[in-house]
Amino acid sequence: MSAENTTEKPAENTTEPVELDDETLAATVVDSETARQVTETLAGVEPKVGVAKPDPILRATGVQRRFGGMTAVDVDHLEVQRGAITALIGPNGAGKTTFFNLLTGFDKPNQGTWEFEGKQIARTSAAKLARSGMVRTFQLTKALSRLTVLQNMLLAAPDNPGENLFGALFRPLWSGVEKRNTEKALEILERFNLAQKKDDFAGSLSGGQRKLLEMARALMTDPAMIMLDEPMAGVNPALVQSLLGHIQALRDDGMTVLFVEHDMHAVRHISDWVVVMAEGRIVAEGPPTSVMQDQAVVDAYLGAHHDTDLGDDSLLDPAVLARLEAEEEKR
Amino acid sequence: MTADRPIASAARRILAVGVAALAAATASAAMLAAPAAASTTDVATTCTPDGTTACVSPVVLDSDNEPLPGIDVTIAGPGFEQVVTSTDGPVSVAVPEVGTYTLTIDEDTLPEGTTANATERQVTAQLGSTARGAFRVGEGVAPEGGGATDEPTEPADGGTSDGAGAGGEGEDTGIGADGSTQNVSGWPAFSQVWQQFGSGIRFGLLLALASVGLSLIYGTTGISAFSHGEQVTLGALLGFISVNWWGLPVPVAVVVTILVCAGTGWLQDMVLWGPLRKRGTPVMQLMIVTIGLSMALQYVIQMFIGGRSQRVLPSNAQPLELAGITLSTASWISMAVAVVVIGAMAWFLTQTRIGQATRAVSDNAALAAATGINPDRIVRIVWIMSTGLAGLSGMLLAISFGSFTWTLGMILLLLMFAAVTLGGMGTAFGALAGSIVIGIVVEMSTLIPGMPSSLRYASGLLILILVLLVRPQGLLGRAVRVG
Amino acid sequence: MDELSRILIQALGQLIAPATAAYALAAIGLNLHFGYTGLLNIGQAGFMLMGAYGFAIATIEGAPFWLAFLVSAGAGALLALLLGIPTLKLRGDYLAIVTISAAEIIRFAGRSTLWADYTGGASGLAGSTYKGPFQALSPLPDGRTTIGPLEYLNNGSDSWWTRIFAWSVVLVAVLLVWLITRSPWGRVLKGIREDEDAVRALGKNVFAYKMQALVLGGVAGSLAGLLFVLPISVAPDNMGRTLTFFVWTVMLLGGAATLFGPVLGAMLFFFVYMLLRTGMRAGLADVMPAQNVEHLAGLMVGVALMCIVIFRPQGILGNKKELAFDVR
Repeated sequence: MSAENTTEKPAENTTEPVELDDETLAATVVDSETARQVTETLAGVEPKVGVAKPDPILRATGVQRRFGGMTAVDVDHLEVQRGAITALIGPNGAGKTTFFNLLTGFDKPNQGTWEFEGKQIARTSAAKLARSGMVRTFQLTKALSRLTVLQNMLLAAPDNPGENLFGALFRPLWSGVEKRNTEKALEILERFNLAQKKDDFAGSLSGGQRKLLEMARALMTDPAMIMLDEPMAGVNPALVQSLLGHIQALRDDGMTVLFVEHDMHAVRHISDWVVVMAEGRIVAEGPPTSVMQDQAVVDAYLGAHHDTDLGDDSLLDPAVLARLEAEEEKR
Repeated sequence: MTADRPIASAARRILAVGVAALAAATASAAMLAAPAAASTTDVATTCTPDGTTACVSPVVLDSDNEPLPGIDVTIAGPGFEQVVTSTDGPVSVAVPEVGTYTLTIDEDTLPEGTTANATERQVTAQLGSTARGAFRVGEGVAPEGGGATDEPTEPADGGTSDGAGAGGEGEDTGIGADGSTQNVSGWPAFSQVWQQFGSGIRFGLLLALASVGLSLIYGTTGISAFSHGEQVTLGALLGFISVNWWGLPVPVAVVVTILVCAGTGWLQDMVLWGPLRKRGTPVMQLMIVTIGLSMALQYVIQMFIGGRSQRVLPSNAQPLELAGITLSTASWISMAVAVVVIGAMAWFLTQTRIGQATRAVSDNAALAAATGINPDRIVRIVWIMSTGLAGLSGMLLAISFGSFTWTLGMILLLLMFAAVTLGGMGTAFGALAGSIVIGIVVEMSTLIPGMPSSLRYASGLLILILVLLVRPQGLLGRAVRVG
Repeated sequence: MDELSRILIQALGQLIAPATAAYALAAIGLNLHFGYTGLLNIGQAGFMLMGAYGFAIATIEGAPFWLAFLVSAGAGALLALLLGIPTLKLRGDYLAIVTISAAEIIRFAGRSTLWADYTGGASGLAGSTYKGPFQALSPLPDGRTTIGPLEYLNNGSDSWWTRIFAWSVVLVAVLLVWLITRSPWGRVLKGIREDEDAVRALGKNVFAYKMQALVLGGVAGSLAGLLFVLPISVAPDNMGRTLTFFVWTVMLLGGAATLFGPVLGAMLFFFVYMLLRTGMRAGLADVMPAQNVEHLAGLMVGVALMCIVIFRPQGILGNKKELAFDVR
């Protein structure tokens, strides 16, 4: 098992650079009713850092996180619009994942407050946050390898009396809930094309399938807001399109999506709003098209390479970036 | 996956050979050890131990280390009780069965104005040997410091005679108690505090030699090496063998000990850790391998010295007072050696290329590899260095404390972990600082009235738990990002 | 030939010995910790010692058997809570470090003179002081019973009654483990073993689950300590680090994260271990003293543990695909 896994992982990371041209990506975009509404709503919002949104689901103020002498995150104010897809982008080391960890309760800030659905959540544990409707995925997929795909799904279902130690002893207490959860899980798996894999160990899935499983699993918790940490990193190009489609479907089902991404191409086409971070701060935000032209973004992202197109794949190859970030993570 | 198969199976073969070689080497070592261990005969006593007889001997000494006659000692054990009166020479009695016996000194028979450093000693009687329990009798309170520091009062111990399987663990400290550890009553005077502070520095320095290695291993490989305690005991054992069996002069013995111990590190990395690294074996699995290794090493050590407590230096310790602290001359020299070696380590880690590379790997292996450092080579150097230093630490500890048993490393492992956690896991200098603190706390904790010396190591655990509650990354460690 | 059959019968006796049951139960507890939840408890002997002291001291103080039984279980639960609170929110090795340290400290405390009035100091507590109420419970008539080649007294320390009781406890434990590990609760534990951050992200209180597993496994450990001392005496020096390592070997031999692995592991381990020791003692009598044979046998256990972990980490019963080791 160990040998298999270690040999499999590098293989994923060395996936051929994703070759997605704008046409294929544009074709992915579903021109849904919800998408039009959201675009319309956000068109009225001024594209400047810290701007207030008409209907924010998440609102963060004065968030700081320091590691030793280095300030990893220093965000003055950020609001996330309900029902929209918001992308959080920025160069490597910009503090995106750290900010993400803070928001989802996986790290504690040095200072700052934020609220989710109007409730203060700055000191709330990650598990409690997830139960209140804000669920996240991870950059390095955390499929529970030695559980089957279906078990992965069932694990995520909330309020199962069988997950209580004493309830666990009496099967009749939880067999009904378990059955309903299984039906729901199979339905979601069907949607993500994983139904025929339901009895396989999650560890045997490909990188892209694990990303899908992680997303499907998150849906089992019936979230109001779903936070995706680099959903495209290390994913086979063939799967990227369907992944993007799934993300949009989440929004069209009424969920709020916040995702961290390197790949500007993907971001441009599916997000309703883009927030750009650099060196721990938010340097720009706005609708995708206007943000791409922002001088601050160009500076932050490309440094000396001013003449390069923002969507240049050779520079922003997600596989390479994922590997770099993975190395950084080990620290 | 398929491409990796040949490598994996080659690594597997190397491993199989390695494990077999280790087993064969240790088994043959046992054969060698058997006659030698059996030949350690006891001084003339009224009870002669042999294959069917176990003896217990109370030893009562005055402040000049001379036998003190006329003191009554009660020997009590399972279904057995006998009062023995000490004489000018050795006294011993045969006991009916192996097991633990309690020796209680009758304080009414002590000379006027004197007290014993302990009223009770526990010994474990074994077939074929004499278990000794020593009492020191002096004027006034327990002979704190004053030249008595290094007399081994720890009796023989360590029965492995239970039928259920696991061997008995034997005596508690594993290090000869210094006879100065039990405070009788009341809060201590400043001189006592100062004296214990000095002992603490000594203990801390010697502990640091071992824990810096533990920390480096953790930093470069991610393994909490549970076998590191036995590596320390191995050093003490080699010191004992090279001085007493081979008759080497002590400085030569120190060098031999370091070299042989470093050799075990090299061997381990050759046949065990190296191939396992190539296979990509997960860290948790490796940690359990260190547990197996620790168990194997422990029994190898027992084959050489059994349950007995052994002295590295045959002669009695010469006390030497410096700055109001009395320790044996050997202790002072050991401390000097430790300071020099730690200084050399610091120089190595900060000034040399390999040392800097070691710290880089410890900081971030992937990044270090990207800059052209070969982590495999660094890890091998770390194993060699760590085991060598652990060996030195063990030998110096045995010299400074007078005697050692096979349990030496077991208790030290606990303190090393406490030190390394306190300093911040993976940071070499944190381990040094942590060790000094732990050494001082352990030695000073004996000043608490009513604290039995065997419980002083509990302070290590206490510190460990407090650190984990308050600052899990340690004093010098950094918080890391999750997820 | 006589020699050989004697050795074989002795080894056979190990299959149902009370000590084997004790190891099996301790390994069941450890399996809950490590096999199902991924907790590195390297101080199972500490839990066993707590249970043994709890049971013996309660009985000596006049408690009836079942109350002493509960005290024993409670002692393990208490230790689990004390060790879990500072460590279960941290990386796995901290639990390992703290448990191995605590087990040693408990042994020191037990053998120290400070509480010798209760613990009996280094010599421990003689069996006769606490076995009375347990042996009085025996429904068996006095006398001896022979089943196959094995013959024991019906009542007393090393008796059929002790064996029946010890294995009944093991059976109940296996049943309970079966019930809880096939439930959604057990699924959460396995999820935590795989990746606790992922489980936390799904809204489960990981700390609480880990604590429940630690307490349950600790209670199994402390009751194993009770079984361990029922036929003998409470001797702290017999319940040190080596005991923990043997329990680990037993669990990994049988197969971590399997239901019957610990039981099979314990039986097989002690059968072979006894065969090895008595065989070597007879075979090597001219070459080395009996003491060294013990050491050699211990050495072989250490090497065997390393080999199991390296070459067959899933043990005898384990599924290679689902072995309990952290693959990260």
